[in-house]
Amino acid sequence: MLKIGILAVQGDFAEHKLMLTNLDIDAVEIRLPEQLEDIDGLIIPGGESTTIAQLLNIFDIKNSIITKAKSGMPIWGTCAGMIMLANSLTDKRPTPLKLMNTVVSRNAFGRQIDSFEENIEIKAIGHPKYRGIFIRAPMFIQIGEGVEVLGKLNDDNPVLVREKNLLASSFHPELTPDTRIHEYFIKMVKNQISNDNN
Amino acid sequence: MANNNSKGTWEVKSGLAQMLKGGVIMDVVTADQAKIAEDAGACSVMALERVPSDIRKDGGVARMSDPTKIVEITEAVTIPVMAKCRIGHFVEAQILESLGVDYIDESEVLTPADENNHVNKNDFKVPFVCGARNLGEALRRIGEGASMIRTKGEAGTGNIVEAVRHARSVLGEIKRIQNMDEVELMACARDLQTPFELVKNVHETGKLPVVNFAAGGIASPADAALMMQIGVEGVFVGSGIFKSSDPQKMANAIVKATTHYNDPKIIAEISKGLGDAMPGLDVRTMPEEEQLSVRGW
Repeated sequence: MLKIGILAVQGDFAEHKLMLTNLDIDAVEIRLPEQLEDIDGLIIPGGESTTIAQLLNIFDIKNSIITKAKSGMPIWGTCAGMIMLANSLTDKRPTPLKLMNTVVSRNAFGRQIDSFEENIEIKAIGHPKYRGIFIRAPMFIQIGEGVEVLGKLNDDNPVLVREKNLLASSFHPELTPDTRIHEYFIKMVKNQISNDNN
Repeated sequence: MANNNSKGTWEVKSGLAQMLKGGVIMDVVTADQAKIAEDAGACSVMALERVPSDIRKDGGVARMSDPTKIVEITEAVTIPVMAKCRIGHFVEAQILESLGVDYIDESEVLTPADENNHVNKNDFKVPFVCGARNLGEALRRIGEGASMIRTKGEAGTGNIVEAVRHARSVLGEIKRIQNMDEVELMACARDLQTPFELVKNVHETGKLPVVNFAAGGIASPADAALMMQIGVEGVFVGSGIFKSSDPQKMANAIVKATTHYNDPKIIAEISKGLGDAMPGLDVRTMPEEEQLSVRGW
């Protein structure tokens, strides 16, 4: 059975876990570096990126995630997770993992009062449009070489991007009943396993 | 083309609380304290003029903080900022919303403005958190539009006993309703004095329809882990951080304990050499008029 870990140091990891469990995936919470050893993919959930970054420094789980990402393990970051995957931020903190060729700005849509829902067209998952929930959401300020834009807000603002084994979204698919983006990530994990076996 | 963009929806309001899960929300009274909290890994700060133990000591009427203070704190940190309004004081809530705070706590720590009615939280785009001692109280607040619940505990005492009592009460009643026969739900809604639809929701899901944190009396990493193991989803720490002898260390330790709440070895390690926790008060010897948790209904 496919086993996907969810980084569970802070944030809405339980929502991702429920989503994966409903899709018949063995979903496990990850708090310590050794727990990364027997999973096929990892989700970095929504939460507070400064808190998550602080907790990644303990027990050096940070470097273990970087090593796994470089060895090809599929990793998906939602909101705070997308901030953590970025190469750099326009903000002073936190220090991201520098895994994707992206520049990200935190809370770029405004404070909570400006948090919103909007339909997004994502070709990779087909019709209908996906109801994106954006909460104090981050924004991609730069998308570098090798990064493919999978979904845009209002046809111009990238909100779902992929670079090889890494996926990042500024919205929260785990807060909706729509499982299509989780299914997309599960496919990424399955493909990686068959690549590793070849 | 129809504009599908919508702000202030239930998903967006309850969603922010979901992002705070597994985290620690800390009371701060200055921008410097807010920065210490952020550096220590707080997932949010509560902007206040005085922490609850000082409010308790000073007596008199406790109101919403000076907007200058709230704005200073808002500008000092990048994590969400919460602020308190008095129970039923919807104008204080309107002011806080206009200042751009990320969450409003309609709080029994301040002196109630209305002994009958709480704020109609459905009227606001900004989300609200409210205190509760039992499930009936929690569901009444959710019925009014609260998108996050916390135990009341007994704020400013450094004594965890009331937070434990309230969390056990809420979680115990949820289990009881979950195991009820469907025919018993209406009588249960009557007894709890709460909307039937919410009782039905609890029966079906076995949990509150919103995120549930602990508050009121948490003063050590072990207290935070205790509440997490009992079954809450995160903690508020009021006076427990900045009334301890080494706030930075205490804040950091409570953050770690909230993540690793199920790992006694880690909690033991981070509990070493923290200095003195805040001085505590015995709730049993406290006259009812000094208890904050009996405010609201």
